[in-house]
Amino acid sequence: MVRFIFRRLLQVIPVFLGTTLLVYYMVFALPGDPIAALFGERQPPQSVIDALRAQYNLDQPFWVQYGLFIKNLFTFNLGVDFTQQPIADSLARAFPVTAMLAIEALIIQAVFGIAFGVFAGLKKGKLFDSTVLVVSLLVIAVPTFVLGFVFQLVFGVQLGWAKPTVGANADWGNLILPAIVLGLVSFAYVLRLTRASVSENMNADYVRTATAKGLSRPRVVIAHILRNSLIPVVTYLGANLGGLMGGAIVTEGIFNVPGVGNKLFQAIQRSEGPTIVAIVSVLVLVFVITNLLVDLLYAWLDPRIRYDQ
Amino acid sequence: MRFSRTSKALGVAAIIALAVTGCGGGGGSNTNSSAATDPNKVISAYSNEPQNPLLPANTNEVYGGRVVELLFEGLRAYDSDGKPVNALAESIETTDSQNWTIKVKSGSKFTNGEPVTAKTFVDSWNFAALSTNLQNNGFFFESIEGYADVSAVTETTSADGKKTSTPAPTAQTMSGLAATDDQTITVKLTQPEADWSLRLGYSAFYPLPSEALKDSKKFGENPIGNGPYKFEKEGAWVHDQSISLVKNPDYTGPRAAKNGGVTFKFYTDPGPAYTDLQADNLDITDVVPSNALKTYTTDFPDRNSTRPNANNATLNIPGYNPNFQGEAGKLRRQALSHAINREEITKVIFNGTRTPATEFTAPVLDGYNDAIPGSDVLKFDAAKAKDLWAQAEKIKPYDGSKPLLIASNTDGGNKEWIDAVANGFKNNLGIEAEIQPFAKFAEVLDLRKSQSLPGLTRAGWQGDYPSLYNFLGPVWATNASSNYEKYSNPEFDKLLKEGLAAKTPEDANAKFNKAQEVLFTDLPGLPLWYRATPIVWSNNVVSAETGWNGGIRYFDIEAK
Repeated sequence: MVRFIFRRLLQVIPVFLGTTLLVYYMVFALPGDPIAALFGERQPPQSVIDALRAQYNLDQPFWVQYGLFIKNLFTFNLGVDFTQQPIADSLARAFPVTAMLAIEALIIQAVFGIAFGVFAGLKKGKLFDSTVLVVSLLVIAVPTFVLGFVFQLVFGVQLGWAKPTVGANADWGNLILPAIVLGLVSFAYVLRLTRASVSENMNADYVRTATAKGLSRPRVVIAHILRNSLIPVVTYLGANLGGLMGGAIVTEGIFNVPGVGNKLFQAIQRSEGPTIVAIVSVLVLVFVITNLLVDLLYAWLDPRIRYDQ
Repeated sequence: MRFSRTSKALGVAAIIALAVTGCGGGGGSNTNSSAATDPNKVISAYSNEPQNPLLPANTNEVYGGRVVELLFEGLRAYDSDGKPVNALAESIETTDSQNWTIKVKSGSKFTNGEPVTAKTFVDSWNFAALSTNLQNNGFFFESIEGYADVSAVTETTSADGKKTSTPAPTAQTMSGLAATDDQTITVKLTQPEADWSLRLGYSAFYPLPSEALKDSKKFGENPIGNGPYKFEKEGAWVHDQSISLVKNPDYTGPRAAKNGGVTFKFYTDPGPAYTDLQADNLDITDVVPSNALKTYTTDFPDRNSTRPNANNATLNIPGYNPNFQGEAGKLRRQALSHAINREEITKVIFNGTRTPATEFTAPVLDGYNDAIPGSDVLKFDAAKAKDLWAQAEKIKPYDGSKPLLIASNTDGGNKEWIDAVANGFKNNLGIEAEIQPFAKFAEVLDLRKSQSLPGLTRAGWQGDYPSLYNFLGPVWATNASSNYEKYSNPEFDKLLKEGLAAKTPEDANAKFNKAQEVLFTDLPGLPLWYRATPIVWSNNVVSAETGWNGGIRYFDIEAK
């Protein structure tokens, strides 16, 4: 077990170096001087621009820039962004917001997705099942930004149930609208995965045995059918959490959520290499850790899975 | 120059928003605008994260600029028509436009109690101009004698030919600037400049408390000013979220706050701000998203305003393009200008938020003249365009092997009007023309600086201070800082200089408009239109308006 975790963590190193190098290079290759672009039509004295270029190491060749960035990263110095704010501070502001949003969305999609999926799977072919299938198909087909705008206008502006945007007041209550929008698409997938898995396991031998030995229906469904059906769902949710943590650029944009997605979007607009790579670095870690957790969850869900060989 | 490049990214999305918003405003008619106003109510306004610490001489972009303007008070301020009025200045006098004597009002203080004296101004200006302090707006002091010494740089060329300039001032203070007593500033300029005092209301000239000069970066996080507003508390700037300002009760100048405070909420996109306004979750915005330009007057009946401001757009024609050189080139530039239907484009594409240009400056400025000799070239006239083009063909045939490109960044929604202009060229002149799109403004700027754009370039200018010269000097004078296409005409330069040396503003403006006649003959750029800034406000606001530069006059907003 420990060896397994250790081995997985070791894999982080090449993944980390590879992604940061790639992303750093892509930002580097963007045309246009990002410093000059900060000033628009009227440029400040050249010495100001040159001093800024030097501050961000933009006057250095690529390998020096990247080397300095990695060196600073290992001394936990992420540097400052183009607004002269420490990148570490802005990440510390953005990540908790996105984490709240992601967790809220994950809970919504997991709870509702699994619940509806189980019911649909148990009553396969019945009215409830077909309705749920059609609705989930609809949710998958409609792009997130459409859902976002519709929710914002209906619930935020016309009905006034929630504030149309989040802005500075990012708490669980205010994030509910974007969380629903964000969770909806994955909700449909979770539902369909659970349904398929449940309906497959329903006829398994162990289910028949469990029913035959006189266990109550809820016990059979929860402890036997559901638990065994969860592996694909958990895999999906795990991968999805990583994606959600990456900041939902579209959803965060529509609802003005000051999270990672918005930060990343702005950094890309400004060609702010250090900020982009810093965010990506953290995301790599998030992905690796969530995938590791998912792998560990497998063992709990299915004791036949062993890690140490 | 404060310039906003940020632009709608999710714009595409909002077609749906448009469809739904139609029924959004329902019944929100303005019941009675004479409703009791609440002078202590705090209003919320659209903004975004400022790019620099909040120092007047370092802030040259729109989101930081609007905060700095409310936090500080300079020698002069601009009224809503752009006319400078004295604020902290008791009097500003000169006999020769070169030596100025400014009397500062006594008894004025920063919010930390430090008095504002003549010396405060002198120290602040020297700080801003000194090149080692790396202030973005340092060049605003370039007219003062001794600026060359404090702003001096050394250029080094590295092995691969890249030039780097490093500050190397030969003096710490400008020799032409002195505080002779607590209330008197004397300024000596390197040459007479009749319009110099007009710029004293610009934020670069604001006074700074001594604390700012010690550690400007730290100061810029929690600035202390002398303006109509102050920071609500230490740390009122919550990064990536908001800046909260409250009324400064000790302020006595011409811009007294009519509301209790302004909270700037940050949005990375103007779309959500517009939605917030519809739900009264935000009180005012000066950026109406492009997809709402057709509907904002019906979405916000009686709660919108669109006032022209000192801002123009041009299409620059680089002199290095062989098609536009010599006598034939001159005729072709005129033909291009006649082939643009400014009237129609401003109406159809911009929904009236632009007005067709009649000259090279802007109509809100003192001295503006819409009938400068030569300005006929801006009228749409297909027949004349064809005729001029044909004449040029006789002198030197047009090289049409490549289409005529019009370079622009397209992240800010420029494509529509450029397509329309290109179609005008195609239909009226029979040449191929198309947009040369760039994802980012930075790319266009780089290519403009290195003179490697093959065709025309979109350019624009927003006034720093309300003066004709500010639209002509920095843009079209030989080797001027923003003259990227390197236009040069000694006649034009001479007239500008004469204008600056004129005894009265009227004489100066006459010379500047004479200089514009040269521009109309040469047509280094085609004036397109002037911008008006649409603003909309919530049910919590009684009235609001924009000033000469298009910025909202936040202190004038009355809330209820």
